[in-house]
Amino acid sequence: MQKTTQMLERFGGVNLLPVALALLALLLIGSPSTWVTLTVAGLSMGMMIFLMASGLSLVFGLMDVLNFGHSAFVSFGAFVAASVLSALAAWNVGDNGFLNIVALLAAISAAAVFGLVAGWFFETVIIKPVYRDHLRQILITMGALIVAEQLILAIWGGSPVSVPRPAILAGSIIIGDISIEIYRVFAFGLGLLAYIVLYYALNRTRIGLLVRAGVENREMVEALGFRIDRLFVGVFMAGSALAAIGGAMWAGYETLITPALGSEMMILVFIVVIIGGLGSIEGSLLGALLVGLMGNYVAFLMPKMSLASNMLLMMAILLWRPYGLRPAVKL
Amino acid sequence: MSGVPEMANAGAAGRSVAALRRTSGQVVLHLILAGIFLCLALAPFLFGDVRSQQVAARICVFIVLVASYDLLIGYTGIVSFAHTMFFGFGAYGAAMTLRAWGPGWDAILIGGAAGVLAAFVLAALIGLLSLRVKAIFFAMVTLAAASVMMVLASQLSDLTGGEDGITYRVPGLLKPATKLLTDADGKVVRLFGVALNGKIAAYYFVFLSCLVLFGVMLRIVASPLGTVLQAIRENELRAEAIGYRVVAYRTAVFCLAAVLAALAGIVWAVWLKYTGPDTALSFAIMIDVLLMVVIGGMGTMTGAVIGVTVMSLAQYYLKDLMQAGADATAALPLIPDLLNPDRWLLWLGILFILLVYFFPAGIAGTLLKKDR
Repeated sequence: MQKTTQMLERFGGVNLLPVALALLALLLIGSPSTWVTLTVAGLSMGMMIFLMASGLSLVFGLMDVLNFGHSAFVSFGAFVAASVLSALAAWNVGDNGFLNIVALLAAISAAAVFGLVAGWFFETVIIKPVYRDHLRQILITMGALIVAEQLILAIWGGSPVSVPRPAILAGSIIIGDISIEIYRVFAFGLGLLAYIVLYYALNRTRIGLLVRAGVENREMVEALGFRIDRLFVGVFMAGSALAAIGGAMWAGYETLITPALGSEMMILVFIVVIIGGLGSIEGSLLGALLVGLMGNYVAFLMPKMSLASNMLLMMAILLWRPYGLRPAVKL
Repeated sequence: MSGVPEMANAGAAGRSVAALRRTSGQVVLHLILAGIFLCLALAPFLFGDVRSQQVAARICVFIVLVASYDLLIGYTGIVSFAHTMFFGFGAYGAAMTLRAWGPGWDAILIGGAAGVLAAFVLAALIGLLSLRVKAIFFAMVTLAAASVMMVLASQLSDLTGGEDGITYRVPGLLKPATKLLTDADGKVVRLFGVALNGKIAAYYFVFLSCLVLFGVMLRIVASPLGTVLQAIRENELRAEAIGYRVVAYRTAVFCLAAVLAALAGIVWAVWLKYTGPDTALSFAIMIDVLLMVVIGGMGTMTGAVIGVTVMSLAQYYLKDLMQAGADATAALPLIPDLLNPDRWLLWLGILFILLVYFFPAGIAGTLLKKDR
């Protein structure tokens, strides 16, 4: 028994959970081509959720601030990207692949810039006055979420907005009897890129070192003379920008978005952060992949249980590891 | 030598001024409460129209809901976003049996009991699973649980009626056509011009149930249990060190609040004769409850009463005010959109943020604070 545990640990321990889940699903689903399609869908969905969840998790780890208004950045990112794509519709839907990509990059960067600016505003105006006061943090960020959702309703109206997907990303690749949507591959790639960049920034740069040190022990970093509050603004802005990019990607994935998008995604984001453990991007990635895969497999096997299955997954993991799979901070 | 008596005098004077202020703050608070109580107790006689009675009944039910939430957030320092879920359990429990078995008190009793039991079991599960960790973690877990329950309620439409909800009839006593007292001609007796029919019975069913539930909560916070809860809120480690099992107490109060919310849900379901996501389960209700608790004052049962009354009235009058504003600024860009009556939550949200910044104690808390 102990030997198997050790062997599991050597091969990655809890990191194997998504693989185990995928194998179990293969047994239950039976048809390999369906399984591949579902797995790709799950992985790309997981990566988009990872984009939204990583910022939230890092901000909490570093500054002990849980931003319930995080989903506002997701919604705003989605709507900003949708507006940019509609404005550049001529480039976006044309046959010219280069212009397609320019329009896409413009939409994603608009969302990211919006996330940076809004994140800075949010941090300095809304959150700074209530550091270290959890109850008021929860209340204030909740209030900010209400205001942000209402602003979206006031600006873009309540009816669904359609998002034109860039022509180059429309359609799917067909290999044998397996069909894979190009957009999903793109979403997966972008999420993976974000993870690699984050991983390197956190583990190989000086700022990353300070962030990790801050997660570990904030007072000590401050005592050594580093301005951790500036660091926090930076992390908060980056986290908000990531959430906005995640929202933009999700908008392209759904192609029809409503102002409720942010709060719908927020449930999954919270589940991911809880499963993964607060404060670590590895945990967020693991949780996001689990949730994405689980959601897609169950949606195929038992359509009505899709969201509830993620809830059950969360409950089970909380029973097993009360702090999540890979927490960076002790709660 | 001469300085000491002077200082003593000044101290005494300061104390008496403080005593005067204390009484004034508390007197104001008690006057407001008495006013609200009288208005609610005599609502059918004071306000004849249907809409006012609807508002009065809503205030009654929400006082219980908000006060039970205050047990969590104000007295124990637990932030839960699943409170409307428990409210919904009670409401849906009663509603489903009323639809299945037809109108009758047995349906309300058994369905309500099932709803309350479900709320209790789920609260105990969530509590034992996640109340060990920090408040913020718990808030996330409850938010996730509540959202999942909301989706389930709309998906399991065979049971819950989905988005349309459930409509049903209530026991005969509470129907508007029922005559409580008849005169010699067989007509309904009128008291101060108000017909004594089933509508009155329904209102007093709501009022009295809520009064009893609120009384229970007042008793709980005045009991030793209430003191332990406040001790946990103020300093968890110390409470644990003195020998109170914090997790057990937290779970207990979470279950208690869930049961009280479910009971309020039953009353609400009986009054409305309709139960759907918008009336019993939606996140908008949770936000209302949060706003009410914070506006009224966390950690004061009386705050719940004031918060609910202020919010409920504001919800009606703010909309009228905003319509006027939108009409006046119709020529300008964006501003009419922001002043659209549908956007009233926007302004309430801003008000909420300002309140949490500047008056974290709320109305009742600010009035009571003068004695400290």
